[in-house]
This record gives sequence, C-alpha cells and structure tokens, in this order.
Amino acid sequence: MRHIISILLENESGALSRVAGLFSARAYNIESLTVAPTEDPSLSRMTLVTSGSAEIIEQITKQLNKLIDVVKLNDLNVSHVQHLEREMMLIKVKAPVSARDEIMRLSGIFRGNIIDVTDDAYTVELTGTSDKLNAFIASFDCDSILETVRSGVMGIARGSSALHL
Amino acid sequence: MELSGAEIIAQFLKDEDVEYLFGYPGGAVLHIYDALLRADSVKHILVRHEQAATHAADGYARSTGRTGVALVTSGPGMTNAVTGIATAYLDSIPLVVLTGQVPTAVIGSDAFQEVDSVGISRPCVKHNFLVKDVKDLAETLKKAFYVASTGRPGPVVVDIPKNVTDPNIKIPYSHMASIDMRSYNPVTKGHPFQIKKALELMLNAKKPVFYTGGGVVLSNASASLRSLVQQLGFPITSTLMGLGAYPSSDEQFLGMLGMHGTYEANMAMHDTDVLIAVGARFDDRVTGHLEQFCPDAKIIHIDIDPSSISKTVQVDIPIVGDVDDVLTTMLELLKGSDSSSEAKGSDSSDGQALKDWWKQIKQWRKKNCLRYNKKTKSIKPQFVVEKLHEVTQGDAYITSDVGQHQMFTAQYYGFDEPRRWINSGGLGTMGFGLPAAMGVQLAHLDKTVACVTGEGSIQMNIQELATCMQYQLPIKIINLNNRYLGMVRQWQEFFYEGRYAMSYMDSIPDFVKLAESYGHVGMQIDQTSDVEDALKEAFAMKDKLVFIDFITNREENVYPMIATGKGQHEMELAPDSELV
Ligand SMILES: Cc1ncc(C[n+]2csc(CCOP(=O)(O)OP(=O)(O)O)c2C)c(N)n1
Ligand SMILES: [Mg+2]
Repeated sequence: MRHIISILLENESGALSRVAGLFSARAYNIESLTVAPTEDPSLSRMTLVTSGSAEIIEQITKQLNKLIDVVKLNDLNVSHVQHLEREMMLIKVKAPVSARDEIMRLSGIFRGNIIDVTDDAYTVELTGTSDKLNAFIASFDCDSILETVRSGVMGIARGSSALHL
Repeated sequence: MELSGAEIIAQFLKDEDVEYLFGYPGGAVLHIYDALLRADSVKHILVRHEQAATHAADGYARSTGRTGVALVTSGPGMTNAVTGIATAYLDSIPLVVLTGQVPTAVIGSDAFQEVDSVGISRPCVKHNFLVKDVKDLAETLKKAFYVASTGRPGPVVVDIPKNVTDPNIKIPYSHMASIDMRSYNPVTKGHPFQIKKALELMLNAKKPVFYTGGGVVLSNASASLRSLVQQLGFPITSTLMGLGAYPSSDEQFLGMLGMHGTYEANMAMHDTDVLIAVGARFDDRVTGHLEQFCPDAKIIHIDIDPSSISKTVQVDIPIVGDVDDVLTTMLELLKGSDSSSEAKGSDSSDGQALKDWWKQIKQWRKKNCLRYNKKTKSIKPQFVVEKLHEVTQGDAYITSDVGQHQMFTAQYYGFDEPRRWINSGGLGTMGFGLPAAMGVQLAHLDKTVACVTGEGSIQMNIQELATCMQYQLPIKIINLNNRYLGMVRQWQEFFYEGRYAMSYMDSIPDFVKLAESYGHVGMQIDQTSDVEDALKEAFAMKDKLVFIDFITNREENVYPMIATGKGQHEMELAPDSELV
C-alpha cells in the first residue's frame, strides 16, 4: 500500500543523504521525496511517499525514527488519521495555433494557470493530487509534451493535529 | 581555559576519562598528535594498521562496556578503519572514531588524502559528524560519546578537518557534564503492561525456552538474567554473541543455537510453545529457514531497538526497553506474585508440563552432539579448545577470528562470564582477533588473554605482533593451523562436491620464526599428546606473548550444522565414524 510519511528532521547537511541512504541500503521503495526548511530554520520538513506491506512500512518508520537526525515523524496513511495531499507540476506543451484553445480549455477544467507563453509553447502550472496531475498529462498526446517537472507529494494531517516539536 | 581544537580533543578525552586512544598518525591529524604528546592526557597506543586501531578499541569496549576510542588520519587512514567500524556496527559496540580530514577550504576538491568520510561511513555507523568550526568541536565530541554509548550502542565517526585543530586558533573550553539532543531520546524503561502480559504468558508456558543474545551483555543484564532463568527453571540457549551472559556450565543451559548450535538447543527452539527472546535479533544464522522457525511458538521479544522487533520474525509480545531494566521488573513482579516458587518444576498450572519438557530435552541431550574422537594422533581443534579451557581454568578472555576455529571456540570453551568471549559475530571479520586481544589485554593488564585464530585469519593483521611487543602485551595466540581456509573448505566439501577453489593456503609462513622475529616466543605442536603441556608452558610465561602453532587435523568439519535453507530441526550431526 502507498504511504505518505511526514518527517521533521534536523536541518543539517548530511540529513537528507541519511534518509536517502537508508532507502537504498534496505531496498525500500521511494516514490517521491520533497524537503525544505520550516518556519524554524533549524528544522526541515520532508514528505516521503513509499509503498510496501504493513510489515515493511512498520520497518520503514522504525528505521527512520532510528536515524539520529529525525526528530519526529508521522505516517499519514494510518486508520485514525485523515490527510490532505498536494503536488505541484509545471508542464510545457507544444502550442501551435491550432492547439491553443484546447490547451486553455484543459487548463481551465483542471484549474491550472498558464504561466508562460511563447510562439510555440505554453507552460501550465497545476496543483492537486498526483492522480489529478496524471490525468492532466494523459489528456495530451506524448508528442506534444515538451517537459514536465513535479514537486513530489506534500502531505499534512487534517484538523488541529500537527507535526511539530 | 583557552584551547586550540587539537588541545580541546586532548583535554576532552581526559575529561571523559578515556583510558586509551588507539591510533595511527598522518598529515591531517598532526596538530592533534602534537597536542596529545604535550598534554599527556590519555595513553596513545600506536597500532601498525588503522583497521587494528578500530578492532583494538572495539576489543577494549567489548571487554569493559566502556566506549572504545580510535584516531586515524584522513583518506587511506580513514578507509583502512572502515572494516573495524563496520565490525563494531554489526555487533552494536560503542566506539568513537576520530578521523582527520583535509581543511574545510579544500573539502570537495579531491585534495591530497581527501575522501568523503561522512559518506563512506554513513551506512556503517550509528551516527557521524563533520566538524566545520572549532566552536562546535567540544559539543560534537560530547554528542558522539553520548550517542555511541546509549540506547543500542554503536560506532560514531567524528570527521575533523585539519584547520579545526589549528594550534593558533584558541577558544574557551569547558567540559560539559551532560548533553541533551532533541532528536535522540533512547527508550530504557519497558512498558509495564507488556512486561506483565509477557510474564503471564511465560508462567503458563508448557515448553518455554529463553533465547538470549548480545543485548544481554551490552546491557550488563547477566545477573538479572541468571536470577530470572533460575527462578523459573526454564531452559536457556544463547546466540554466538550472548555466550557467557548465562553460565555455560549450568544445567539449564542448552548450549549455543543456530547454524552450528547444539542439537538440544535447536530442537528446543523448534518445539517450544513460548519463546523468550532477550537482546537477540533473529539473525539468519540463528533462525535457519524462516518459514520453519519456531513453528508453534508465541514469541516475546525484549530489545532496546524498536526496529529489531518484528524485522524478520513477527513477534506476539514486543517489549522495547533496556534488557536489564525489563528483566529486573520481571523479577520484581515475580517476587510480588510469588508464583516463581511454583513455576520451578512443581505444581503450578504447568509444573508437570515443564518437567515433561525437561525430560524431552534430556533425550535430545543424550545425542551428545559435540562428541568427537579424542584419540587421534593428529590434533583435533576441539581438543585444543577444551584443553585451553582446562589450562586457563575457564577464566581467560578469549578473542577469536572468523572460521572453523571461531565456531570450535564458541562450542567448546564453555564461557561462564559475560564479556569474556570477544568475536566478530555480525560482520564475521577475519583479522579481528589479534588487535581485539590487544584492546582486551590493555583493559585487563593482569588477566589472561588468548586469541584463538586460524592460519588464514591471523595473516590478516599479523603486523600487530609489533604493537604487542612495543606495549609488552602477553597475549597467547592459539593458532589452529589446518592449512586451509577451513570454513570455506567445509562449504566446498558439502555444497560444491569437494572442489576446493582457493581454500587451500599455500606458502604458509613459519609462524615460530615469524613470532620470534618480532621478539616473541613461538612454539609448534603437532601431536595430541603434547597439547596440554604446550599450553601449560605457554600460559606459565606470564609476561610474554606466545604464539602456539597447533598443526591440526586438516579436514575437520564443524558439527552440528544446519545448512542454509534448512529448518532448525534439520541439523546434520557428525558422522558416526567421528563419534567414540
Ligand atoms: C575479511 C574476510 N574475508 C573473507 C572471509 C570469508 N571467510 C570466512 S571463514 C574463512 C576462512 C578462515 O580461515 P582460517 O582463518 O584459516 O580459519 P579456519 O576456518 O581454517 O579455522 C574465510 C575466508 C571473512 N570472513 N572475512
Ligand atoms: Mg585454517
């Protein structure tokens, strides 16, 4: 099953490589990983998307907790937690005159913004769940996509419960 | 006081009561060496290879329970130390390894003797640090010692760029009594409810068995383990790493379990209904084929590391906590309920069941699975180890290398005390034995220390004979010389139809002359009848290192053996021809 794990870790140079190293050393899946400093500059917040059986996910959270740089973590995909997730994508598509209306129509439907326009290409900014981004990509044929860049998933628990010190 | 980075290191080691620093100098650590020389704060032991520095610090740590400390230079000094760091990591041994680094200004430029020490060591340390500013040095060192020695112990590397130890930059220093880390708070107390539940399960068990590991030694839980096991009257088996925590000579001890464990230990594991795993980690050398591991058992697992629990084997009652703390709580609960007197083979609900269980175990014991033919003219390695036990009255610190000789020592020495059996269990590092013995001997100057090794392993750190001479370490080296990489040869005999690819050791040196060339005493023994006298003679030389080269039976095999992929009940015992 797919799990989103939120991690608060020391904002130190080696911290990211410790997490990444753990996943490669123990052969765990890693689907996406995003990380940036928080409002407290000594801490980084990481969101990690992984998948595996219940036993593997349990091992993953235990091994992560064991890393000295990990201050706290939450698995957002456990029964008593509801969560929100968002991913952002920038997608550059070929925009010949004949296709422009369709691109604008699609980005309207998906609530995207066209943030850059040139003679032959449009860049669309889109935010949502990974599924939504996938659906947007699928609505273009491969040849017309010049480039995509995705942020990876960010997750947060609903309600007042929060991952903080 | 105002100190330079190098002086801070020297002063800090003194403030932490570090007794020995095992090291080897080089460019990046010259400032540190100069400060050490002038401060005269800690005894520096000059090894002859950085791998030996880490193994010696490790042997010191294993035999004392204190943190071992090593100092090596950047680049090749650091990479040479990696095997020792990984060895300590796999066996959870507290080490602090200080590695020199090129100056911060040139890090990343492929400078002379630069390697990414933090990157190289990351997968085999509990934690590591790169100190970029002398202002962070004292606190980082404090953290390193704290992390290495608490929770599940392990090695910590502190990488120190040369400019951080610059003798001309002085800053105020004072020793911190303790340190707090928001991201590191190891659990020690076990959950009371879980402990109670576990005890209930234990008291109702019909065929219980304790399975104990290195965690018992690390936690100094030998005394509480002994009381608990004896009060309950349960059988107990130990992993390679746990030997000595419970006395081998006690009736309730079934011997070691696992690949080369005893018949009774492995059969008891297979048939048990309640397995009490204490500070053990269900290693594949213990479990054998996972699907056939303890098929009927409810499993209790006590361990300080949550990630050890249900890693390979799902357990029913996990207890995360310091082993000694949990066992002590169990003892208190037992006292309260005074069910202990009942459990011991009498008429609590399962007193009869426990009696029947022992009856079954005694049947298994009758196989006498460690028998071997003692009447051969050529020397049996098992015989040497048994005689070693006799001559040292079971009271020596024994280190070993890796191979058949290691298994024979574990099986036949009969350890009765913890921290006496010093070997590389997890990583299985050939070359560990001699340098580890140096650390052990330095920690226990008036005690008997022996290193049981093979002609293959001893050559992996033979240069340390020089260190032993320099510091007058009277270690006794028991070389079980079978002229083979015996353990490899055994596998080739069993699983490769006897094709001995590269397991034959050609051009073996004359160990007697070799020992003598370093200034030690060398002996060679090739007759069974001479074994005992040779050992007596060697151990009588209290102030000399003696290298005894025992020419042993070439194609001796280690039995019993569970082949990879087999269940615990599918042991292969020594062929009948061997048994007399
Ligand atoms: C550094 C290292 N290299 C290789 C091995 C694989 N290995 C395990 S046992 C063994 C043979 C050891 O030979 P020896 O020291 O003569 O001991 P014996 O088995 O003959 O008693 C080897 C090569 C190892 N454990 N460690
Ligand atoms: Mg050999």
